[in-house]
Amino acid sequence: MSEQPYNLTELLICVAARQIPDNVTVFVGTGIPMLAASLAQKMHAPNLMPIFEFGGVGARLEIPPRAVGGSRTFYKAIGAYGICEVLETAGRGFVDYGFIGGAQIDPYGNVNSTIIGPQYYPPKIRLPGSGGGNDVGSLVWRTIILMRHEKRRFVPKVDFVTTPGYIDGPGAREAAGLPRGSGPYRVVSTLALLDFDEETKRMRLLATHPGVTVDQVVENTGFELIIPDEVGVNEPPTEEELRILREEVDPERFYI
Amino acid sequence: MRGAVSLETAFLCVFPSSHFERRCTLRILESGIGELIQPPDLDAFREWNRERKSRAMVDKLMTEEEAIARFVTDGCYLGTELYGTVRAPMSLVRELIRQGKKDLRLVGQGVLETDLLLGAGVVAEMDLTYIGLELYGTSQVFRRAAENGRLRRIVEWSNGALTWRFKAAAMGVPFLPVRVMLGSDTFKYSAAKIAECPFTGQRVCLVPALILDVTLMHVHRADRYGNAQIDGISGFAHEIARASKRLIISAEEIIDTEEIRRYPERTIIPYFLVDAVVHAPFGSHPGEMAYMYARDEDQLKEWVEASRTEEGTQAYLTKYIYSLSNHREYLEFIGQERLEALKAAMEGR
Repeated sequence: MSEQPYNLTELLICVAARQIPDNVTVFVGTGIPMLAASLAQKMHAPNLMPIFEFGGVGARLEIPPRAVGGSRTFYKAIGAYGICEVLETAGRGFVDYGFIGGAQIDPYGNVNSTIIGPQYYPPKIRLPGSGGGNDVGSLVWRTIILMRHEKRRFVPKVDFVTTPGYIDGPGAREAAGLPRGSGPYRVVSTLALLDFDEETKRMRLLATHPGVTVDQVVENTGFELIIPDEVGVNEPPTEEELRILREEVDPERFYI
Repeated sequence: MRGAVSLETAFLCVFPSSHFERRCTLRILESGIGELIQPPDLDAFREWNRERKSRAMVDKLMTEEEAIARFVTDGCYLGTELYGTVRAPMSLVRELIRQGKKDLRLVGQGVLETDLLLGAGVVAEMDLTYIGLELYGTSQVFRRAAENGRLRRIVEWSNGALTWRFKAAAMGVPFLPVRVMLGSDTFKYSAAKIAECPFTGQRVCLVPALILDVTLMHVHRADRYGNAQIDGISGFAHEIARASKRLIISAEEIIDTEEIRRYPERTIIPYFLVDAVVHAPFGSHPGEMAYMYARDEDQLKEWVEASRTEEGTQAYLTKYIYSLSNHREYLEFIGQERLEALKAAMEGR
């Protein structure tokens, strides 16, 4: 993609931003989710209400935060609360979307950000742990998962379920006690946009990124993806998106 | 008649028979296999709060050296608030490491503060939700401590689960039912339990109250007695302050009690929760302090690089902790010019 006038991070931010409509509440972390929320706020979703897990509610995303509790997460915000208030807001069904990331994902959208390897302790590779990931994936209505698309990351079974997706199929979240009607909504990967089949709750290819083939997506996925008859292609970042991204969302070019 | 029925029900709760048994018993469906590192004793906590926490408005202003020496003991169960790069009690953490406290049991959500404690080798066990460096990626000291098995024990939780554990302790109840960690390995490796709700029949996750021995917390301002104010988000300050047997507050500014009394709605922590008040300007450095100073990106990057190796880690600790005798010397070492630049870099309201 070297000739393209945008880089992969910019494409991911644009594709993620387009998943968020106006007038919704969104749990955002730092990095790509925050930039996606900021871009959406400046493009099509001026009333998008960002919520940060340490208490920032409704910030104007004018300067990108570098920490989920940093002062920019409540810059010109409508509220500055604490963890309990924002998670309890999600608990009673007020948070529509949430972003999480991880090292591994399986066909049901279960995400691992705790350990790599067969043994819990001592682990082969130790990752940060849940943080707010499990809370977001449990409590918001629609979880959007950001992933690097590689075979070793899209695996049939994750080494550790840090954050539950659809667990092992239809009805499993509700049976586990998780809120009815919640769960993974989209996966925005470095190769494609994916969702989850309504019947089986398994991951399905929605659209590939520009210049990426369906075969490439399949080759880089370690389990059987549902491939519908019609697979779309994501629009590349528009000039307007790129301009806003570079001049307004991350002018310091800290992330992009 | 109704009275008679409830009496019968009450009797059957004590001596359950088949008909009433299910309604009267909280059925435990699953138990996490993690160990409960700090089992709660609510009545002992009440008694502690009755007997060991003075209601008198006494002057608690002291130095970092004195506060850490008096209240932090080897093997104690420690918490910090907020975290690493944000309103973090860094001057207290550095002093704790300097004094060579050891075998600590730690609850974390942590970035730099936890990294330094792990790098200094003073932590033995952890209730853990997240240790990482946010946008700088995974924590190398944590990876070494876990992958080499140097930590005796790790128990997994989510941010919400830990905060609600503090909240349970703050409420004086032994546990809270919550709707996170269900259907996950985070639960499996926690010390939580899953129960059938006696009212709805739904599965709920029970998180046990967490009563800490000591909490270190940095705030914007406090008076000499410990009445404290925080600007901006409050993280989990409210809950952890009320869940701790000892609370050490460091503050950017020491203010008069009349100022506290002028804005009583701002007192997130009342004096009787507090055991020590430390005046620590730039106490969160290299982290930030909302509306006061920005984080010191250069020093954070220095840690990210240094912490890649054991030698680098120890060199950093020597440079910023062991070779300086207190927070005043630390600030002199950082230099007035740099501190002023950080003040200028913080955006306003």
